[in-house]
Amino acid sequence: MSDIADRVKKIVVEHLGVEEDKVAENASFIDDLGADSLDTVELVMAFEEEFGIEIPDDAAETIQTFGDAVKFITEAS
Amino acid sequence: MFDLTGKSALVTGASGGIGAEIARTLHCAGATVGLSGTRVDPLEALAAELGERAHVLPCNLSDMAAVEALPKQAIETMGSVDILVNNAGITRDNLFMRMSDEEWNSVLDVNLTATFKLCKGVMRGMMKARWGRIVNISSVVGATGNPGQANYAASKAGMIGMSKSLAYEVASRGITVNAVAPGFIETAMTDKLTEDQKAGIMGQIPAGRMGTPAEISAAVAYLASAEAGYVTGTTLHVNGGMAML
Repeated sequence: MSDIADRVKKIVVEHLGVEEDKVAENASFIDDLGADSLDTVELVMAFEEEFGIEIPDDAAETIQTFGDAVKFITEAS
Repeated sequence: MFDLTGKSALVTGASGGIGAEIARTLHCAGATVGLSGTRVDPLEALAAELGERAHVLPCNLSDMAAVEALPKQAIETMGSVDILVNNAGITRDNLFMRMSDEEWNSVLDVNLTATFKLCKGVMRGMMKARWGRIVNISSVVGATGNPGQANYAASKAGMIGMSKSLAYEVASRGITVNAVAPGFIETAMTDKLTEDQKAGIMGQIPAGRMGTPAEISAAVAYLASAEAGYVTGTTLHVNGGMAML
């Protein structure tokens, strides 16, 4: 697993309080990991800070799963 | 009364009568205050009066780029914005049938759209801190309406609806969003009224007098306090009984 994926997973585990092995490639933050809509906003905020990138609102809406987040951040950074 | 030591508060419209008193009260309670307004001279004078923990942050709220920059400037200057008081407001009164789009838009822009943008600008920091207080200064006319003030009343009612919606969204993060709705308050705005107009207004106020800016700022200080943590989405009417809502 890439360094980016590790860092994203750490943020997700800490923020949502879920087990690390639940954070699979296609795990949906809301449907599988118990996030509410505001949690997803906070996750995006945390990704922005961790990776020093800007994630615009329209892009943030497309980040639904752990895999989406890793893919977006890999392309952006 | 309430201890705001260690908190930073951004107050818009701090050059006006009510805004200046809100800044004084929050400062007196221990908060660091960011004084925003269009007129720099009264802001400088107020900052000099308050001494330490007071910062002047001029901003023209009809300039949307300036509005978006204000929260960033406040955070850079004070370290954070824990308390946001959206007090700035303008009037452009006219009969509804004569009201121009420009009169409508300018009041909605400053009173409502700037409030939306400022709330948005401080929200990230408040969410991370898991603590925040937003107090939006509405008006009794937002609830009752007022002839000649369709634009102003719409903007003030809009602030209440916006506050309630935002209050729902962020309550779980320790952030409260409330409104204070003043009635007739002794300020430069009401000084301009004629004696006849004042007598007419007094007839509608059970308390038989106008309110003072300090009576508004006390309500703001309460809603900004830790003690008011379970109060959110509400509108505190401070109007001498003029409208019991």
